[in-house]
Amino acid sequence: MNEDHTTEGEVILKGVAAAPGISTGPAYLYTKQVPQIQAKTITPGETAFEIERLRNAVARSQKELTKILTFAEQKLGSESAKIFEAQVMILGDTILLSTIEKRIADEMKNAESVVVDEISKYRRLMLAAPDEYMHERAHDLDDVMNRIVRNIQDQKLVSRLEGEYVIVSESLTPADTVIFSRNQVLGYATDFGGTTSHAAILSRSLKIPAVVGLRSATRVLRTGDSVAIDGYSGLLIIRPSEDTLQSLERKERRLREFEERLTELIDLAAETKDHRTIELSANIEFPDEVDFARSQGSVGIGLYRTESGLMRQGQYPSEDEQYECYRTVAERIYPHPVIFRTFDVGGDKVMPDAYEEANPFLGWRGIRVLLDRPELFLTQLRAILRASVRKNVRVMFPMVATLQEVLAAKAYMQRAMEELKTLGVPFDASLKMGVMVEVPSAAIMAEQIAAEVDFLSIGTNDLIQYTLAVDRDNDAVAPLYQQFNPAVLRTIKMTIDAGHRRKVWVGMCGEMAGDPVATMLLVGLGLDEFSMIPTTLPEIKKIIRSIRLRDAKRVAEKALTMTTPEEIKSYLSSVLKGCIPEIPLES
Amino acid sequence: MIECTVTIRNKTGLHTRPAATLVKTAARYKADFFIRKNAVEINGKSIIGVMTLAAEEGSTLDLRFEGPDESEAAQAIVDLFERGFEEH
Repeated sequence: MNEDHTTEGEVILKGVAAAPGISTGPAYLYTKQVPQIQAKTITPGETAFEIERLRNAVARSQKELTKILTFAEQKLGSESAKIFEAQVMILGDTILLSTIEKRIADEMKNAESVVVDEISKYRRLMLAAPDEYMHERAHDLDDVMNRIVRNIQDQKLVSRLEGEYVIVSESLTPADTVIFSRNQVLGYATDFGGTTSHAAILSRSLKIPAVVGLRSATRVLRTGDSVAIDGYSGLLIIRPSEDTLQSLERKERRLREFEERLTELIDLAAETKDHRTIELSANIEFPDEVDFARSQGSVGIGLYRTESGLMRQGQYPSEDEQYECYRTVAERIYPHPVIFRTFDVGGDKVMPDAYEEANPFLGWRGIRVLLDRPELFLTQLRAILRASVRKNVRVMFPMVATLQEVLAAKAYMQRAMEELKTLGVPFDASLKMGVMVEVPSAAIMAEQIAAEVDFLSIGTNDLIQYTLAVDRDNDAVAPLYQQFNPAVLRTIKMTIDAGHRRKVWVGMCGEMAGDPVATMLLVGLGLDEFSMIPTTLPEIKKIIRSIRLRDAKRVAEKALTMTTPEEIKSYLSSVLKGCIPEIPLES
Repeated sequence: MIECTVTIRNKTGLHTRPAATLVKTAARYKADFFIRKNAVEINGKSIIGVMTLAAEEGSTLDLRFEGPDESEAAQAIVDLFERGFEEH
């Protein structure tokens, strides 16, 4: 299995930075342990003993899972801990357990072989189902099955590690991430997964460096190999040389000192030296992230991804479930505002309706799905409206390509308001509505769209992909995904100018908003609001507080005269270095 | 023995929570309770079984009750389906 294992020299694996931080230490190769099972025939006299083993194992498993739940609730909040609900319920399934006990007695087989055989039956059925939700549940079954078997065999929980390790694994479940964090985990490195996977989000909340998408880490590494994980640049370095270690150490010290100084800024306003105030807000997807976002200095929530947290069970949540979630977020951020983005499913995002498309990014996604599913859309709008009673709730529509879509979405909002009015349910009748500008046609029509709404928010990830016709997850063309492409800069400028002509504010909630190299340019272009992942907020605030609007405008003007992404990026980097020499920039 | 057919009305289908409600309700009765969907039959008192059904809105399930209080059990379970597990 480990045929690609290397034994000599420094090897650098490039992945995707998922949680910031740098650490070095031994690797711990975590392979999902499928316990070794030997089917044994037992004698009638042994059945009582075998059933006793099963019962003890189930009791121990329940205890373990309860511990994980409690720990997850403490560290992450009850909302995030709900992902362990299904496993708890399966362990308490008395029919399942009595069937297993009966089979042990009838078939005279040892406990673990019957456990595996019985649970595998359900597992096969789940894996045969077409939808992703059932496949996820099959993983829950695996976890439960392995947990019971391990306890029958009296083995220790692997997550109890002696010493400190960088955990290297093909992929990590939220449960793995949480359990391992009880030890002194130095970092998480996985072959698969993206920055928005649950495990990545949990690592960030737990403040443990993580790199995902390394592809071959589990093949080239063995437990005990020395590694360095760089969660800023997305690198895993195997057998780092003395030089590498020293330079990483310097980088870490520099970044840590920089970060420590940033914390002093948290309560200060994001204001340029010549008093232009910029709104800084956070992109989040769970109610429990609100406090973290506030602690990083965000004023409001500029993008709440309603699909991520609520859709994890693989289906659209009910109106009440949604309302509970939105109300919690609105209350926690009050008196500051929260912008709920209506379900943005399709593309690469999970959608409960199994629907195969040849070209999902150009297919049925975002507002298109909502307009085709009035009931779904109205349910969500009612839930958001019900949460708006304290007047700090805003709503934003994703993947808008035409003005007609904006008008149609507004009409549904009107209808949702009327429905609530008829029922006598209170809501904020002056609730502000906005549109995400992430399709070039929306940027081109930004002025007409702005005339219909209260704000625009530029979603750079999709806007860049559609403007340049580049799928950044496709390795063959990924280098062509350039956020400093002059065409991208012009599209952003066009959108901001159009919004301002119509007197609406223009924000940005894509990754570019959290890129320090872009900050001066965006301030100079007149962007009113920056919304980003919470961890990058202090650094962006530091930049804003170090510059003058006047200079930023000049920088933006000059950048717009340049014709290549390389030229623009290096110009912006050098200007930034000039303002803040100590800023740590990736080369 | 009582046999009947129900259609899932709640939007989210028999996912984790409704599955739990169904199992808890069934457990109150002595009667055995089985659910069949397509070719698969599972014990309706078992959460792992109900989860496995992957029953979505609109799917049809055949229910079978057998035991001393089978009519009460059938009444309570069918009622649950008709009310869409009280999801709105």
